[in-house]
This record gives sequence, C-alpha cells and structure tokens, in this order.
Amino acid sequence: MGLESEQSRLLLSKIATSDRHGENSPYFDGWKAYDRDPFHPTNNPQGVIQMGLAENQLSLDLIEDWIRKNPKASICTAEGVNEFKNVAIFQDYHGFPEFRKAIAKFMSKVRGGRVTFDPERIVMGGGATGANELVTFCLADPGDAFLVPSPCYPAFGRDLGWRTGVQVLPFQCDSSNGFQVTKKALEAAYNKARENNINVKGLIITNPSNPLGTTLDRDTLVELVSFINEKNIHLVCDEIYAATVFNSPNFVSVSEIIQDMEYVNRDLIHVVYSLSKDMGLPGFRVGIVYSYNDLVVQCARKMSSFGLVSSQTQHLLASMLSDEEFVENFLKESSKRLAKRYNTFTKGLEQVGITCLKSNAGLFFWMDLRRLLKEQTIEGEMELWRVIINEVKLNVSPGSSFHCSEFGWFRVCFANMDDETVKVALDRIRVFVCRGKEEDEQQQPASTVNTKRWKTNLRLSFSSRRHDHQEGVMSPHMMSPHSPMPHSPLVRART
Amino acid sequence: MAIEIEQPCVGLSKVAVSETHGEDSPYFAGWKAYDENPYDETTNPSGVIQMGLAENQVSFDLLEKYLEEHSEASSWGKGSVSGFRENALFQDYHGLLSFRKAMASFMEQVRGGRAKFDPNRVVLTAGATAANELLTFILADPGDALLVPTPYYPGFDRDLRWRTGVKIVPIHCDSSNNFQITTPALEAAYSEAESMNIKVRGVLITNPSNPLGATVQRSVLEDILDFVTRKNIHLVSDEIYSGSVFSSSEFISVAEILEARQYKNSERVHIVYSLSKDLGLPGFRVGTIYSYNDKVVTTARRMSSFTLISSQTQHLLASMLSDKCFTENYIKINRERLRKRYDMIIEGLRSAGIDCLKGNAGLFCWMNLSPFLEKPTREGELALWNSMVHEVKLNISPGSSCHCSEPGWFRVCFANMSEQTLEVALKRIHNFMVKKRSE
Repeated sequence: MGLESEQSRLLLSKIATSDRHGENSPYFDGWKAYDRDPFHPTNNPQGVIQMGLAENQLSLDLIEDWIRKNPKASICTAEGVNEFKNVAIFQDYHGFPEFRKAIAKFMSKVRGGRVTFDPERIVMGGGATGANELVTFCLADPGDAFLVPSPCYPAFGRDLGWRTGVQVLPFQCDSSNGFQVTKKALEAAYNKARENNINVKGLIITNPSNPLGTTLDRDTLVELVSFINEKNIHLVCDEIYAATVFNSPNFVSVSEIIQDMEYVNRDLIHVVYSLSKDMGLPGFRVGIVYSYNDLVVQCARKMSSFGLVSSQTQHLLASMLSDEEFVENFLKESSKRLAKRYNTFTKGLEQVGITCLKSNAGLFFWMDLRRLLKEQTIEGEMELWRVIINEVKLNVSPGSSFHCSEFGWFRVCFANMDDETVKVALDRIRVFVCRGKEEDEQQQPASTVNTKRWKTNLRLSFSSRRHDHQEGVMSPHMMSPHSPMPHSPLVRART
Repeated sequence: MAIEIEQPCVGLSKVAVSETHGEDSPYFAGWKAYDENPYDETTNPSGVIQMGLAENQVSFDLLEKYLEEHSEASSWGKGSVSGFRENALFQDYHGLLSFRKAMASFMEQVRGGRAKFDPNRVVLTAGATAANELLTFILADPGDALLVPTPYYPGFDRDLRWRTGVKIVPIHCDSSNNFQITTPALEAAYSEAESMNIKVRGVLITNPSNPLGATVQRSVLEDILDFVTRKNIHLVSDEIYSGSVFSSSEFISVAEILEARQYKNSERVHIVYSLSKDLGLPGFRVGTIYSYNDKVVTTARRMSSFTLISSQTQHLLASMLSDKCFTENYIKINRERLRKRYDMIIEGLRSAGIDCLKGNAGLFCWMNLSPFLEKPTREGELALWNSMVHEVKLNISPGSSCHCSEPGWFRVCFANMSEQTLEVALKRIHNFMVKKRSE
C-alpha cells in the first residue's frame, strides 16, 4: 500500500533510527515474560516474580504518613490550595529556593553531615536519566568518550550517548578482587582508548554501585580522583543509591574526598543525584546535577529547561525534606528495612549453597551462579537465565546485560516486593537448586569435573535464541499498556 | 597518533560554550530590567511592568475552585493507601493512561470536537520546550534545517538548535499580507537552504502564532500541507495557544485538515501541545507530542525518558481534565476573559494612536510602532525599545528578537497581570505617545 512505502521514504534522523535507545536487546525477554504472566499472591501465584526492577518500596508508608499529616504541602488540599497560583506559574529554571535548600540539606544528611552542599549549585534534571544526559551534553562532544567501570548500569549507553553522540566505554572489573575498581584497570582502559585515537573526556562511576551494591572505599576514591585530575578529564559520580547503604562500611562521597584534596581541580568534579532510589519516588522525576564547576552549573541550568522538576513536586518535597525530624527518621528506618530484607535473602540463599557478593548498599544483590552454568560463556549464562525466567519464574538480570566480563552473575532486586513475595521467591530458588542437586545424584556416580547442575531433559519452555542484538524492533503494540495487573511495569527504566 | 590540543578553558563541550542558548539577546535584557525594578501596585508603582511574559493568569480562580471542590480526586485521596504508592512508583514512559485519555479529550474539546485524538498517540514531555527539542532530534540530523516562519518565538533558537545542532532557515513573512505564510515564501526559504547545501527536514509553524496573536487560515494550512507533501518533509504544528483563541470557531487545527483528507499523507505531521498557556500552568511542565507517524510515536516515547512529567502532576491533571463539565466551562470562560483583555488593550493603544495587527488569539498583541521609529532599521527599533523599557518602564519584546524582517513591531503581553496593572501600562503608553508627538 502506498502509505508504507511513503513512510519509509520519509526519513527520520540518524539518532531516531539508531538503536542506542537500547531496547532491542534480548534482555527484554525477561520483562516480556513478566508482563505476560505477572505474579500476584492471590490472582496469579504461579506468575513470574519481578526481581529485575531496582525500586525501593520498603519505606513509602513513612512518606505517605508525612503527607497525610502535612496537608499544607500539597496544593490540592484545602490547607494548601492558597499556594496553587504561585506554584503553578513558577517555571524559573533555578527552581524554588526552598526546594534547592531542602535538597542540599538532604544530600548533606545522607552523607552524615560530613559535607555541606551549596543550594546555588543544585541544578534540576528529568530524573537521574535526564541529569546524566544533561551533564554529558555539558562536558563532551559527539565522538568523545566516557569510561565506565563494568559491571555497570545497562542504560548508561542510552543516557550518556544516545542523543549526545558520546561513546560509553566500559572497562572490566572482575571477581578476583570482588569487582573493585582499580587504578590499574582504569589506567589501562584510558591508555587503550588513547591508542585508538579516542578522546576520553571523563570517567563516570556509580557509587554505591549498580549492580554490585558495594560502596567505594576511601583509598580507591582518592586514587580515582587523583587519576582524573592528573589526566585533566572529568569525573561524574552517580550517587543515586547513597542513602541505601544499610551496613558498614559507611558511604564515602566524592564530595567528602575532595575536601581533603586541596590540589584537585574542582572544575572536574560533578555529582549526579536523584530521589528515585533513596526515597522510592521514581515517578516524581527528581534528578539533580551538582557540579563544582561554575561554568557547568550555568550551562546545565540553562539546559535544565528541557527537563525541569514539576513545581508542584518541588513544592511538596521542599516542605518534606526541610522536616529534619522526618528526614532523620526516614533515613534511619529505610536503612534498617533494607538491611533486614538483604539479610533475609542472603541467608535464605546461603542455605541452599548460593553465594552473593558481599555488599552493603543498593536495592539488589549480586548473585553468583557460575557453578550452575553449562559452559562459562555468554550462551551458557543466557541459557541459565532463560531457565530462571521460564522455569523458576523469577525475572532477574543477567550479568552480561551489565557488561560483566565474567559469566554466571545475576543481579537480583529485593526491595520492590512485600514479605510474602520474598518467601515465595526464596522457596522457588530452593526448589530449583535442590532439584538440580537431586538429579545430579541420581544420574551421576560420585563427582566428575564437569558435573552439570541441571539436565538437558529439563524442558526449555522458551525456544532458545542466539544472543542476537538484531531482534525485532519493540513496536508499541508489544508494550501493551493494557496489562491486567496494576503494577505491571510495561517498559520502565530497566534498572 | 593522537595530536594533543591544549584546551584553552576547562574542557567543556562545544554545545556548552556556544551561545545558542540565546540568553544574550535583547529579549532577555528587558527581563533583567524588570528583575532589577519590578512593578508592584503598592510597594513599587513606578517599577517596570512585565509585558514580555506570555503567561495566562486570567483564569486561576477557576482552577483553584476546582481543587477546593475536588481535593479527594486530585490529591491521593484521604484513606487511600495504594493511591500514593502506585503513583510515586509510576515512571513508565507511556504515561498514566488516565492522563493521556484526559489530554486527548481536552485537545478535542479545545478544537470544538472537530478533530479526534487517540490517547495512544499522545507522548508526554516536560513542557513544550522539551517536546519541540525532542521532535527536532527525531526529525533532523545535525546540520539539517527546519523552516520556520518569521516572526517566531525567540526560544526556538535554543529549543530547536542548541543541543540538536539543527539550523533554522526563516520563511519570511511581512505586513503586506498580515504576516501570513505564502507558498512563494515557503519555496524561497527552501531554495535558500538548498543554495547553502543545507538539507531541509521540515516546516515548523506555531498556530495560533506567537508573536502575532493570530490563527493561521485554513487555506494557508492547506498550502503548507501541500508544500511539505511535495517536498516530502515533515510538518510540526505547535498549537500550544489553541485554547487561547477568543472565538472557538476561528481556530483551525492541522488535525482537522488531516481528518478532512482522510489522513492521507498524515505520517509527516506532528502536533505539539502544552498546558502552560491554555491552562496557565507553566510550572507543572506538561507538554505533549501528538504524532500521526508510528515510528515517531515509538521513538519519541523512548526519548521522553529524559523528560517525563511528574506522576504526581499527571495524577492531578488526569482528574481535572477528565471532568468534562469543568473543562468545557473553563475553556469558554477563559476565552471570554482573554478576549476582554485583548479588546481593552487594543482600545487603549488605539486611543494612544497605535495600531496593532488584527489578532484573534493568544496572550499578547502585535503592536506596530514603525511609524514612530527615528530610523526604519533594527537600530531604530532597539532605540525605541530602550525608551520603552527604561523611560516608559514597560518590558515589551522587540520584533527583531523574534526575527521579524520589518523593524518597528513589538509583542505586548496582556494576560499576565491584573486589569488595574494593564490600565497603568496603557496610561504610561498614552503619556509617552503624547510626549513623542509634541516633540
């Protein structure tokens, strides 16, 4: 029909037709499986449990409680509607001063008061997604590169590179030292890029780490800061999980480090923050760019016009985050609940012989299933992953989606479900692992070097596909907005 | 081998150090004058009156009344536990279905039901600023151009060009035919781009027009549609002032024309809308892209991840805009009040001996001061503007900041102040003109 051929002739931009949006990857299979068959304790107890979404649902009741007790903070209530007009017309890209002050204070509290933040440096972004893209637009040109230690957040490729044209270059960290970033690895990556004529503009780190759930120690941070200072490249620290630290060691922010490093050029240091993880408010789109570079603050502020925080939301949060008592209690309680949830899971897994990377932060743990792989390759990992989704019915995220060079690691989110669901998830894992052990014992005498943990007679209800990035475009009708389950995530940020 | 080039400054991007953000233009200098000395009825009656800000403040009482009467629906409800939770967690880039439905229905109402909108084609962005930039990223590559009729909204220089690297090639319009867009002007702009080896990817119009304050006529829309079809390029119709047309029947949306053509060739058309002007809610950052092109919808939706609307705000507006009784009443009363303001300012200017372009929409009028320029040049215009800002103490926007090819035109906003303040402004203009005539 004429329409189709006309559509193909009517070109869109290169950015539009590229696939740097990242949605063509095979990792969407897990999401699809969840969307098609989402777990519900009563309506669908056999459904897939969502453990691929790094959300913090454990402490929303505290926030709700505050909102109920503070009707004035909302412009929709009788008590607060008198502020409606002032709030509704406020589109100044500086943001409400009260909002900036409250955010600066909150950021400081999250760091135990060990550092203070200047409200004049607070710039808004459309969530951390918007903030990361915004700061990249300020720091790098198309073709420039940012280094990032892997395993890393899968959407960095999109956030830092899709519309900016900047390259995102992951460099490997592995389990030999608990996946810690080392100056050696960073330097090697930097040199390699330079040898290939790539203009490295900066380094981006996530601290606490997604997907590892670990925090960087002071010495490593100092090394990283010294390195970027020496090479005169930028350092972007994505600290969006700062308040999810639930165990020692304490969180050390780059902001603290530079206080004791007088010689460092502060124009190279930029922090990205958000309330999506620490407070569990991803819907509110509160992203923050905090730069120590005046020019970047000025430029970023102008650019923030493309992704300001709704004044209604600024108004509510300005009030909430200035309530010092509430904030202190929230941070303490949230930490406690995360610790409890983490312990429940890791202990439960230990009982069936599954270990995780020792971590102290985040909304997930980094699970080690290397010994369950048929082969230590990406195909092996993907095969195991498909079994976990389709047989065990858990949507977890395979390490390869985080650019992890070692196969067999999986990120498992634990803060986006209630206690009942936790039990079900643990039970399923136990059953799966034990079934593997049983069949092992039945079929193989003694131990052999290549003991396989599950047998080929386990039906793969999912036809195994090759690891193929060219798989079908995600057209709108596949992401049905009409999912029967109210919590079905559709296509959210894959984090 | 890499050649090391010493960075003279601190090594920011080219985009960061460019001036395409546009804030050094005189459009903003007037703002500074206002910021330094803002008018206040009681505390600063001789301050600068802000007439450079296209805001709609005439109908807030209607919104406030709605909220007072419906606080349950618009907030998260009293005892409801799941309402807040679900909303706070909702970051799906499709947006709340209830909100998309409400937006589609509101857009239909604004067009008097003369066009239908499918909620599944509504893509949400944080303001029209983001929507226009996002569409540009999708429709054009760096170095390509969009054709934009002059005079146009000064912010387009930033929104369409800054981070995208896309150029604007002007479609020249002038007062000989009330600044309407003509096919020869379209062709001339296209040829101009061609001669500079620049690839034209689309035409972007604002309808009703900012700064003209007038709707685009049906025949002109038809011509534009035919033109973009002939050239096989896109058409973006920025219709953010559609609800500010004084008389509903006078606004013709490109959506109506497409419906009349049974949507033939519609995949090249994209509409931008927002609640910042029609509802007077610029702080809430509510923009939408409505595209007839499936691929654009999908891609725009993905890109909107960088600029989603706060779920809290989506929730509030979903409830407000799906109340058809409320919206119908609002649209009607808002139109009437804007018309009243418009009549007031036109009459006031006329009695001061000043003519304006005949307008029928928007939050501003397009005032003709060309007879009063010392020199019929841009410098003459800026000199007069300087007097307006610093002597008459009115911040109005000079036509040159809108890339108007004829000097002497000024955009004057009338909906962002009380009636009393508008009277004060008119009095000042009157006195200024009397003084000028006696000189």
